[in-house]
Amino acid sequence: MDWMYLLIVLVKAVVVVALVMAVAGYAVVGERKIASWVQERPGPNRTTVPILGSIPVVGWWLRRMGFFQLWADGAKFFFKEEPTPAHVNKLYFLVAPVVAFVPAMAALSAVPFGQYVGSDGVAVPLAITNFDVGMLFVMAVSGISVFGIIMAGWASNSKYPYFSSIRASAQLISYELTIGLALLPVFMWTGGTLDLFSIVREQGGVVGGGVFGLPKWFICIMPVSALLYLVALFAESNRLPFDMAESETDLVGGFHTEYGAFKFGLFFVGEYAHMTLAAILFSVIFLGGWSIPFVSMDAMPVGLLGAVVSVGVVFVKTVILMSFIMLVRWTLPRFRYDQVMDLGWKILLPLAVVNLAVYAVILALVEG
Amino acid sequence: MIQQAATTPETFGPVLLQIVLAIAIAVGLILLSNLLGQRVAKRSSFSHTPYECGLPMTGNPHPRFGVKFFLTAMLFILFDIEVVFLFPMATVYRALLAAGIPILAPVLFFLAVLGVGLIYEIRKGALKWEGR
Repeated sequence: MDWMYLLIVLVKAVVVVALVMAVAGYAVVGERKIASWVQERPGPNRTTVPILGSIPVVGWWLRRMGFFQLWADGAKFFFKEEPTPAHVNKLYFLVAPVVAFVPAMAALSAVPFGQYVGSDGVAVPLAITNFDVGMLFVMAVSGISVFGIIMAGWASNSKYPYFSSIRASAQLISYELTIGLALLPVFMWTGGTLDLFSIVREQGGVVGGGVFGLPKWFICIMPVSALLYLVALFAESNRLPFDMAESETDLVGGFHTEYGAFKFGLFFVGEYAHMTLAAILFSVIFLGGWSIPFVSMDAMPVGLLGAVVSVGVVFVKTVILMSFIMLVRWTLPRFRYDQVMDLGWKILLPLAVVNLAVYAVILALVEG
Repeated sequence: MIQQAATTPETFGPVLLQIVLAIAIAVGLILLSNLLGQRVAKRSSFSHTPYECGLPMTGNPHPRFGVKFFLTAMLFILFDIEVVFLFPMATVYRALLAAGIPILAPVLFFLAVLGVGLIYEIRKGALKWEGR
């Protein structure tokens, strides 16, 4: 390992973290805009900055779209009083936001965002690292963030955060089972690879023929798995309608009630980073990653243009999926807690087991 | 042709770097907000009481919680271990089929055991949340 190699890795890591934090940040603004459109109101449209805001048409449009809102909100996190109440358990109270934020960023290191085909025709993933148990790593690491929630709720020494953290942890572990079982057919299909890059490469091309041809994406090959995974993703990233940790009406603010300033901000950014990670994972595993429908993987442009195109395709799919997740939040009411647990254990889990058995039989027939 | 994924120090090093970077960002943000944050000249004694919508706190801050949560956690461990056992199966399933080794029946048997366990716990009411 020489210094050049370390520098390249560092640049890659900084770019990925910066991009994902920007996307997660703008997801907050996007969420507010979508909420306002669903509820027929204008949403954030006042915040502006001196020079950029006075550009004739663009500045006006950016202001109306709430583009500068994020800068104001972000800066505000820094200048608020940062309290550490006397009644909390200081160490865990401080560690909890970090533990909630770091796993989402760490899990990103195994996710491929695109591909680069060099002049020698070898496709290299545009990821921080390319290792062969990528998906296991992502599942294991993003599972750690539940400890952040438990720590925050316990260390706050306050009733509502405590209830919230217990509810949230029971919910998160319940839906983790569904995630594992829903992904198993994908790994069986790809013939034993757990690395996300090969899973995407597998999805180029068309399944079926003629007018019935569908892109060879896993959402077309195994729609039930995709549905299970999508529902579990909502629960795992604590999104409405599975918003048990933060059900404002009965638990004040949830596990971060006692937090302020950027300690709260880290929970907030972490939640949106988790949502971004979930959307990227879904588009990589089930929506074909950077494969364009009806274009074979080998027909994709090569070189730098190909890299830009592939990252752009993943980005578009991710943004569409995130908009869908937000639209669901503002459409459905929150479930009751027993309904959440019943859905997880009595509907999704048995369905996932049956789904796995069905694909085991199908593969045996195909190979047999 | 694709670049083969590997498991060498060179593939895990960047992961460590990413984790360190994420921790540095998180700690840096907290420190910065601590540094720049608003200072309140005299904090009221109520700043240091748990927030319960403005009323004085009543009772224990860590009250007892339902045993159902405990049961859920235990059942999770059981089922998660079964899922973990299924991962090695999934990675070799196609290769075993292609080699003509009869793997379908054992897999279905394993899934049946998992399913029977699930049905048993549902019938026992271990996952019944409403009522008692």
